[in-house]
Amino acid sequence: MADPRNPRFTDQQLAEVRRLQGLYPDKRGALLPVLHMAQDNFGYISLEIEAYVGTLFDLSAAHVHEVVTFYTMYFQQPKGRHVVAVCHNLSCHLMGAKDIIERCKTALGVAPGETTKDGKVTLLTVECLCACEQAPMMQVDDRYEGLLTPDKVDGILRGLA
Amino acid sequence: MAEKILTKNFDLRDSHTLRVYREAGGYRAWDKARGMEPAAITEEVKKSNLRGLGGAGFPTGVKWGFIPKGSTAPKYLVVNADEGEPGTFKDRYILERDPHALIEGMLIAARAIDSRVGFVYIRGEYVQPWRIFSAAVKEAYDAGLLGAAVPGGGFDIVIHRGAGAYICGEETGLISSLEGKKGWPKLKPPFPAIKGAFGQPTIVNNVETLVCLPHILTRGAEWFAGLGTKTQGGTRLYSVSGHVVRPGVVEAPVSVTLRQLIYEHCGGIRGGRALKAVVPGGASAAILTPDEIDIPMDVDGPKSKGSMIGSAGVIVMDDTVSIPDALMVVARFYAHESCGQCTPCRESTGWIYKMSHRIVEGKGRKEDLDNILDVAKRGAGTTICAFYDGAVGPYISYIEKFRDEFEALIRSGAHA
Repeated sequence: MADPRNPRFTDQQLAEVRRLQGLYPDKRGALLPVLHMAQDNFGYISLEIEAYVGTLFDLSAAHVHEVVTFYTMYFQQPKGRHVVAVCHNLSCHLMGAKDIIERCKTALGVAPGETTKDGKVTLLTVECLCACEQAPMMQVDDRYEGLLTPDKVDGILRGLA
Repeated sequence: MAEKILTKNFDLRDSHTLRVYREAGGYRAWDKARGMEPAAITEEVKKSNLRGLGGAGFPTGVKWGFIPKGSTAPKYLVVNADEGEPGTFKDRYILERDPHALIEGMLIAARAIDSRVGFVYIRGEYVQPWRIFSAAVKEAYDAGLLGAAVPGGGFDIVIHRGAGAYICGEETGLISSLEGKKGWPKLKPPFPAIKGAFGQPTIVNNVETLVCLPHILTRGAEWFAGLGTKTQGGTRLYSVSGHVVRPGVVEAPVSVTLRQLIYEHCGGIRGGRALKAVVPGGASAAILTPDEIDIPMDVDGPKSKGSMIGSAGVIVMDDTVSIPDALMVVARFYAHESCGQCTPCRESTGWIYKMSHRIVEGKGRKEDLDNILDVAKRGAGTTICAFYDGAVGPYISYIEKFRDEFEALIRSGAHA
């Protein structure tokens, strides 16, 4: 993976940045999409990436930092190869989210907000992911996993490479 | 069983594709609308009594009418697909199962407000819905339904992914985020219709609201209005979750009662247990007790009980639920999601979470309840956006309607 401490987009990626910027009346509109792109490319958003992205938008590093820290989906530290985000909002709570979180903690040996020592999984608790009909549920990377039981959670976590 | 309107395509195989959408009659409303005067479309939508289905319930046609007449400025249509109200999941179903209905609704709305660009703000966590909707937009471009060929100067759709922040579902917070900033709401006026995204006249509409438009155009405003109540037309999608036998998206006329939703559409309470409480319109709606559920689920029904229909996310709680524990969960949410801009919200959500948390930890103090109520009531109406007012609804109603349970818990010093 590209070096988050010395970030540079490739020419092809820079062309994509310009394409995204061109979609908005003010290029700054593309800041969130470009930060998503940067995170996909570099793994997380380092301070160096904030400064670098700032140069692409004529924004100060402070402005970019303000945006990065406002949203929950930008990681400011390296994250695991997988992110397991368990919903702990009301509907999931009513349907047993506590047991799901406990099983994740036991199976992974980490608390929410932490990453396993082997760098495989970052565990999070999150607010409503709007899949309450499948409560309790969690997000594993790009996909939603619902109607969870502690045993089902074990199976899902074992399946992560 | 009432006729399915908004959900009629949901169970068709490959309902997300242009072919299936067309076979089911899709894009015929647009064929009609593209030949209509923009003002005639707005008039039709006004007559239909369509109300915004994202949460605020504002009449859609009236909102469109706030765009300055004769303005030559670029005007933007912004779709709020930042679904985030706890207990709500209906827009996800539309994005995944009927994405072309949203595109058709956008074409109609864009013609009405003379917009050449529509931004669709999809919450970042919705990866699958984003992929499916993006594929549908590409299909629509390839078929010439979008782009330069759209009469009136063309129409483009830009899909914009959020990055995780409940407040971006608030329309001015959403606009800030779309502009590449943190999602801080903006003071109104000026309203977005006058000065919105990138400083231009902007209409922000919810996904489900837009999906109603093809049906209104095809079958007429009177028909749509006649489906509902005096002040709100149509059917809507109720997201029902919690302790019901069959949770899920339920389409029903807005005259359906909360009791019917729970006991007829969703099979009643799991295990034959008793209903203890229900939230009728997403977490930000005041909680209702079992004697308050014989109300129509239009914009007026829950209001008559001091609550709100909001996003129509119905969260059902059976008699095993600890209300103090439920309040702690909701208070944690508001403390986490307050954007921090206004002091009453930033401070109160934090302190109320702390107090509600210590109550369920068995460390509650007898003054905590009155302090929460006092803090909640003082802050209501003092902030830039409706977020804190939304938090105040649950704070006050959970405590006032279940005060005995809170007091008993504090006296016993037990964990909830």
